[in-house]
Amino acid sequence: MKRRVALFVTCLADQLWPAVGHATVAVLERAGCTVEFDARQTCCAQPAFNSGYQEEAKRVARHFVEVFEGCEAIVAPSGSCTAMVHRFPQLFREEPAWAERAERVAARTHELASFLVRELGLGDLGARFPARLAWHDACHGLRELGLKREPRQLLAHVRGLELVEFAAAESCCGFGGTFSVKFPELSSAMLDSKLASLAEQRVTHLSSLDGSCLMQLAGRLARQGAPVKTVHLAEILAAR
Amino acid sequence: MNLPGPETFAANARAALTDETLRGALRRATDTFAERRGAALAGVPDWEELREQARAVKAHTLARLDHYLEQFTRNAEAAGVHVHWAADAEQACRIVGALARQHGAKRLVKSKSMATEEIHLNAALARDGAEPVETDLGEWIIQLAGETPSHIIVPAIHKTREAIGALFVEKLGIPPSSAPAVLAAHARERLRRHFAEADLGVSGVNFGVAETGTILVLENEGNARMTTTLPRVHVAVMGIEKLVPRFADLEVFLRLLPRSGTGQHLTSYQSLFTGPDGGREGPRELHVVLLDNGRAAMLSDELLRPTLGCIRCGACLNACPVYREIGGHAYGSVYPGPIGAILTPQLSGMERAGTLPFASSLCGACKDVCPVKIDIPTILLELRQRAVEGTRESPAARGGTVERLAWRVWSLCVAGPRRYALAARLARLGERLPFLARLAPPLAAWSTTRERPRLAARPFRATFRRPS
Repeated sequence: MKRRVALFVTCLADQLWPAVGHATVAVLERAGCTVEFDARQTCCAQPAFNSGYQEEAKRVARHFVEVFEGCEAIVAPSGSCTAMVHRFPQLFREEPAWAERAERVAARTHELASFLVRELGLGDLGARFPARLAWHDACHGLRELGLKREPRQLLAHVRGLELVEFAAAESCCGFGGTFSVKFPELSSAMLDSKLASLAEQRVTHLSSLDGSCLMQLAGRLARQGAPVKTVHLAEILAAR
Repeated sequence: MNLPGPETFAANARAALTDETLRGALRRATDTFAERRGAALAGVPDWEELREQARAVKAHTLARLDHYLEQFTRNAEAAGVHVHWAADAEQACRIVGALARQHGAKRLVKSKSMATEEIHLNAALARDGAEPVETDLGEWIIQLAGETPSHIIVPAIHKTREAIGALFVEKLGIPPSSAPAVLAAHARERLRRHFAEADLGVSGVNFGVAETGTILVLENEGNARMTTTLPRVHVAVMGIEKLVPRFADLEVFLRLLPRSGTGQHLTSYQSLFTGPDGGREGPRELHVVLLDNGRAAMLSDELLRPTLGCIRCGACLNACPVYREIGGHAYGSVYPGPIGAILTPQLSGMERAGTLPFASSLCGACKDVCPVKIDIPTILLELRQRAVEGTRESPAARGGTVERLAWRVWSLCVAGPRRYALAARLARLGERLPFLARLAPPLAAWSTTRERPRLAARPFRATFRRPS
């Protein structure tokens, strides 16, 4: 039986990188799922939540819950947005009715790699992506969702792909949402430390499961004129 | 010396980023400590269980701290300890100052202690005409330089050995050298004289045991052992959160703390004091100053209370990508790094330190390494919320008001599909008008160091087709 999956494309992918959304759909379909997209969806509320604007975050989170609470499985091409949805019960801790609804939605919300490996038990999706590639362990995926093995397991099956581990793989890229514009120099210094550790690896591509980290990394790589391309995990898995 | 405070964190951080010597020293030191910690952990298969035990002991103790403080006081007094209660920094300094006067102690030696840094004891004693000398090598260097510590367990982490060599030439008149052994030998010679002459020794406390009234001091240089045994009087300043209920509880913390802090299996010295020995070998008198200074108020808040579980190992500093770039002084507070970002606003108030909870990318590396499992990112988020609520009540700063309005507009736009689509259309329009970008400070801040992402011609929602 085909699994029905509701795609939460995330606001950033929706507006900045539709290709990541399309790739996610393609990968999920190849994994045997029926993908639905509810166009009422917007954002996970993280920007306001992380900035301390609780009421504003709740307003957006309530909308998320209303849109997705009827779905069996919700999949997002982002560890950070997924981790935010997992924090909804904490956000609504003083509103038990909403906390309960949020709990149900949170339990069904999965990051893409986690869904493919943990929920569907898949590894090989038949992808081909020739590259010498480094993997950035995006913080929220790594530390809040515990995703270390899962993306590597998927990448190991990609034809033509050589995965290169580098020392700062688990170091923060310095994005941190509004942190990146509140403290731009500090954010960039963190970014440069990360990229310095990558420089000697001579990779062609840098990938992650979070578009926001890739935006930060790509922004600096482009400014430096570095030849490294950034690519979302979904795009690699969708490539043939 | 006028040091920058937490209010100017952003500017402090910018200044630190231009100091290449500082950043080189930080990178080497934090890397070394992180590596040593990793190696030390490899030999402890039950590390996660130990962390959980430590967390549970701390949570239990903090939930009944009044009971354990009474028990500690009773048992310590029964063992001959003079126990003092200090409600705040000023009172704590007054107690130590009075003890120094009472014993005619002009020359004091001190072993490393964050609690005494917190209450600025040295400055208070100096105002009284006393001469406190720091005897931990790093602290002594910092004292010679007239600076403040920039790391919880490695106070001079920001200094290279060349800088220390130059400092010794200037302050001690030694021949130029940057060889650690040579510099340490000079320090030892000076410090031995201070130990021999001191009338009173001041230490901190790593753990206090309620059931026995014992205090434990951990160190590596032997200076704390001498500080607490050579002078006639030993005064220990202990934050009230340092208690554990039972002597047996020390085992778990003794396994966690040295491994987390310096990557050692055990510190070189562990000194346990259960009352004075009446001057037979050690001091005639032992005083313990129990320091509140805002801690009791923190206890009443269940969300923030785990902050008090901190055992001051410094592991979160070494792991923090922010601390690793800028070091401790940029935080403008006694406690820097991730733990400082949650502790300082609670001790010094949001008005002074309200920026610190925002000085984090919320990467969570601190939480991963914390030996007592303090969920620092969650507490940072909670404090951010309270900082914002503070500006709601008194919107003093214009930036606060503008920011609040911006988030309100954002949330209204994003909480419904039509408004979201409209906002996205407006953003696309705005992107074609470069002068608008200059009006948006976040975009300008982004673009100083990074290329700006471009909105897609059409969003995903406009191009998605339902599968058949």
